[in-house]
Amino acid sequence: MTENTATSKEPIKASEIDPKFKYELSRMHGSEKLLRCFQCGTCTSDCPVARFSDTYRPRTIIRMAQLGLKERVLNSDTLWLCAACFTCTDRCPQGIEVASVIRVLRNLAAEKGIVPQVFKDQAACILESGYAYKIPELRIKKRETQGLPPLPKGNPENIRKTLKGVKFLEKTEKEGEQA
Amino acid sequence: MSSKYLIFLGCAVPYRVSSYEISARKVLAKLGVELVEMPEFNCCGLPLDPVSHETMLILAARNLALAEQTGLSILTLCPGCAGTLKKVNKTLKEDKELREQINAHLKESGLELKGTVETKHILQVLTEEVGLEKIKNAVVKPLTMLKVAEHVGCHLLRPKEVIGFDDPEDPQTLKKLIEATGATCLDYIDETECCGAPSVGVSDKVALQLARDKLNHVKMVEAQALITICPFCHIMFDTNELRIERMFSETYGIPVLHYPQLLGLAMGMTPEELAFNELRVDTSKMLQVIKEGVN
Ligand code: SF4
Ligand code: SF4
Repeated sequence: MTENTATSKEPIKASEIDPKFKYELSRMHGSEKLLRCFQCGTCTSDCPVARFSDTYRPRTIIRMAQLGLKERVLNSDTLWLCAACFTCTDRCPQGIEVASVIRVLRNLAAEKGIVPQVFKDQAACILESGYAYKIPELRIKKRETQGLPPLPKGNPENIRKTLKGVKFLEKTEKEGEQA
Repeated sequence: MSSKYLIFLGCAVPYRVSSYEISARKVLAKLGVELVEMPEFNCCGLPLDPVSHETMLILAARNLALAEQTGLSILTLCPGCAGTLKKVNKTLKEDKELREQINAHLKESGLELKGTVETKHILQVLTEEVGLEKIKNAVVKPLTMLKVAEHVGCHLLRPKEVIGFDDPEDPQTLKKLIEATGATCLDYIDETECCGAPSVGVSDKVALQLARDKLNHVKMVEAQALITICPFCHIMFDTNELRIERMFSETYGIPVLHYPQLLGLAMGMTPEELAFNELRVDTSKMLQVIKEGVN
């Protein structure tokens, strides 16, 4: 059986609803047009991830956001399944940047400290080397024998300076130090 | 006429997909596109967009500002990098307030973004700058016996309004470039569907199911190879093909080539020169087809 809710099947309680949430989102870059959604379902029916996931439904996420189910939607695991393919954004008849709304929601979840490990790893790598992955020394050395020019050394010191004051990174760094 | 670009490698190519870089550099050089190395760059920012849009903007803007100092346009191999740099440049050019905010960060490292740099993916350079005619003329060993399928992926085309290149619902660019090599490009079901790569790490199962679905469709039309233009799509289909076969009890054996590898063959380069040895899926059967076709 497929489950159609983005998180739990618990009935919605009035106390869960944050009536201001949708206005908050409407002022954020990427989710400006959230209120236009009329629940046609195009995004979900064309979503490649929804095809293979029993729980991931972009339309449901949009509706939850409109309803003000802030905690529910931000705590939802499925929020992180979106592949950012932008099919929904290109096909929404109401011109909603669906993928960007999902990105905004993920950003808000991240601000609360909900961040899947893969993103923490990539953030740490970027702060350390400038690159999103730890490129093995062997590979960097191999470039010469492959006839490739040397890979420029990243400038982590300068990157850190540039990123000073970005809350998300300061938070993950602190966590990293404690771990 | 020779053209000159600043090459932006991004992270995935030097990390895992050197076959793409090797073949792209060789093919571009032969077609008269000169590549200038960036003295320094960082991740384009896209991987962190899901968790911090602000971080993405700053990382992308830093690259753009570094590129601006050279006065050259950027060429990327990864559509994710291309899309990100294009999008951020456009956003920051149009939104003065946001630009000032991001520039305040860049100032910390003595940089400033003006929004003057253009970014193009290699496919765009091949079609708009080099041109199909010149490519066809460079083909010395047409791959007429070969039937392949294409996978353009998402970020070269979507979101349409921002990228404005080709038609995301029925893309033609890669098809035409494939046909320029003499090979036939087959149509298949859900050709424009995502490879699943961005979901790796969050749900490998969903990601691999997406790639499997695509491989099934490519197999159905009996394509002798799958042609990609993105390091991530390539990892999904080539590096992971065996894993998908094992996981879902399927057999494919479909070689996955970067477009410059296909073009390079048609231009008379050898598989060794084009780093075929770096590919995971065995290409010998496909190369046999080409050899017999030429003989
Ligand atoms: S496609 Fe657009 S209007 Fe339709 S349900 Fe999705 S977000 Fe709402
Ligand atoms: S961007 Fe995300 S939600 Fe939209 S269609 Fe792609 S995977 Fe689905």
